[in-house]
Amino acid sequence: MGYALQQLINGLTLGAMYGLIAIGYTMVYGIIGMINFAHGEIYMIGAFLSVLTYVLCTALGIGPTPLVLLAMLFVSVAFTALYGWAVERIAYRPLRGAPRLAPLISAIGMSIFLQNYVQLTQGARIKSVPPLWQGGVTLWSADDFRVTFGWAQLTVVVVTLIVMAGFAWMITRTSFGRQQRACEQDPKMAALLGIDVDRTISLTFILGAALAAVAGMMAVLQYGVIDFSIGFIAGIKAFTAAVLGGIGSIPGAMLGGLLIGLVEAFWSAYLSPEYKDVATFSILVLVLLFRPTGLLGKPDVEKV
Amino acid sequence: MTPLLTVDRLVMRFGGITAIDGLSLQVPRGAITAVIGPNGAGKTTLFNCLTGFYRPSAGRILLHEDDGSERDLTRLKGHRIAREARIVRTFQNIRLFGGMTVLENLLVAQHHALAQASRFALAGLLHTPGYRRAEREALEFARRWLAELGLTAVADTPAGALPYGTQRRVEIARALCARPRLLCLDEPAAGLNPRESAELNVLLTALRDEHGLTLLFIEHDMSVVMNVSDHVVVMNFGRKIAEGPPEAMRRDPEVIRAYLGEEDEEAADA
Repeated sequence: MGYALQQLINGLTLGAMYGLIAIGYTMVYGIIGMINFAHGEIYMIGAFLSVLTYVLCTALGIGPTPLVLLAMLFVSVAFTALYGWAVERIAYRPLRGAPRLAPLISAIGMSIFLQNYVQLTQGARIKSVPPLWQGGVTLWSADDFRVTFGWAQLTVVVVTLIVMAGFAWMITRTSFGRQQRACEQDPKMAALLGIDVDRTISLTFILGAALAAVAGMMAVLQYGVIDFSIGFIAGIKAFTAAVLGGIGSIPGAMLGGLLIGLVEAFWSAYLSPEYKDVATFSILVLVLLFRPTGLLGKPDVEKV
Repeated sequence: MTPLLTVDRLVMRFGGITAIDGLSLQVPRGAITAVIGPNGAGKTTLFNCLTGFYRPSAGRILLHEDDGSERDLTRLKGHRIAREARIVRTFQNIRLFGGMTVLENLLVAQHHALAQASRFALAGLLHTPGYRRAEREALEFARRWLAELGLTAVADTPAGALPYGTQRRVEIARALCARPRLLCLDEPAAGLNPRESAELNVLLTALRDEHGLTLLFIEHDMSVVMNVSDHVVVMNFGRKIAEGPPEAMRRDPEVIRAYLGEEDEEAADA
């Protein structure tokens, strides 16, 4: 019982991060109909930027942990967003209107480039950050087993909830959200009503990257170790989450992320940790085979 | 009447097909102009060129500003034509944002004003007073048009769930919310029943007389054309074959030939 509860907490934390990344996939798919395979790399860059900020803060002697964490979050979000914008500008916008395969290949190229760029500039060694925030609340204890909700985990879950709520509010209630949804449904019509579609697409990439940066920062907080290749697996898993939730659907991405996180945590705990990736990707295969629209996705009605 | 828009020797080619072949016409200011012609005459292509949907192969489209200056729209991007030239159109096959409510559809059309007030999302997120005022004004503006077009009751219904005739009206309301100077309607009466089409006549004349709008519309329903238009342009095979007041067009031999076909000489001899 206690063990299961602990796994639930671990799964939630993991799922929150996948969800944040998955939103980036799903939004970009929604608006330009392509899978941005460089998105995992954007998450990795977010993680690196927060480590860099941490190192900078320590070097400058900026003290209190909450301040450092906030600095990490803001710096990482701001600069990662810039990367997201640049990726779209350089790799996808020139290919607007090209056959669907072209931007996909460009995305894979961008992903390889970003990985190597970080490896070259930051080195291939694993970067680690000492645990920034130890301890937590003990929820339950028996004999020698304690269920704890670590402060770091709690932060991950709470920050994710706040970010997602704010994001959902923005999409459903603000002028930008309406503009974003309009471009998603019919970009040409949106342009005829005076909406700058290119700009909306740029903003979508910026937002997706910002959310991925939050996830990257959370990963640093939670695990403390990163290297240049973390983006690949995390990206593919978040992509699985987006497909499971229904690609194009934002609530779907959140739900999918959560489910993938839980599956991974429980699979590692009860079956075998070595095969956790197999479990996740089997879900991808099964969803694509039996429910390609995902849990919350709408079937794509062919326009005649 | 001074023209609002001049189309000058416009050509639009698609590969080997010339959809518009040296078309010149003027859209008089503050009047209703109808574009008629058989299927495939190039009417919708003309609209697509006017609104920046297509880039014309040759020719120019000029907008006459109120201060007498001219503005070339030929190479302007679609969203800038809507924003700066304030030319807005509707489609033959309705293109509402089906997943959004009617009110949201109308707010999207006012997005530019809101985006400026929101300093590109920042003030919108912070809900500054300036942004709130802009949002309130946008809402009021949308509600005014909803009321005028009898759509208040369906304001919060998803646009895709409405009956066809209502969707058409929503599309016109949405176009009006973009504050057009020239409103282009592509077959506004298509699929409407006689009562709805009579309501459309009233609406179109009201837009001209009360709101001072210039209207350009494509229509096959001759009762609408004859009743509301001040000026009729007849197209066939990508060219203008006649233009003038509606009554004159009804009797024009070129027009009759385009619609009814050439009288066969041998058959006439027999």
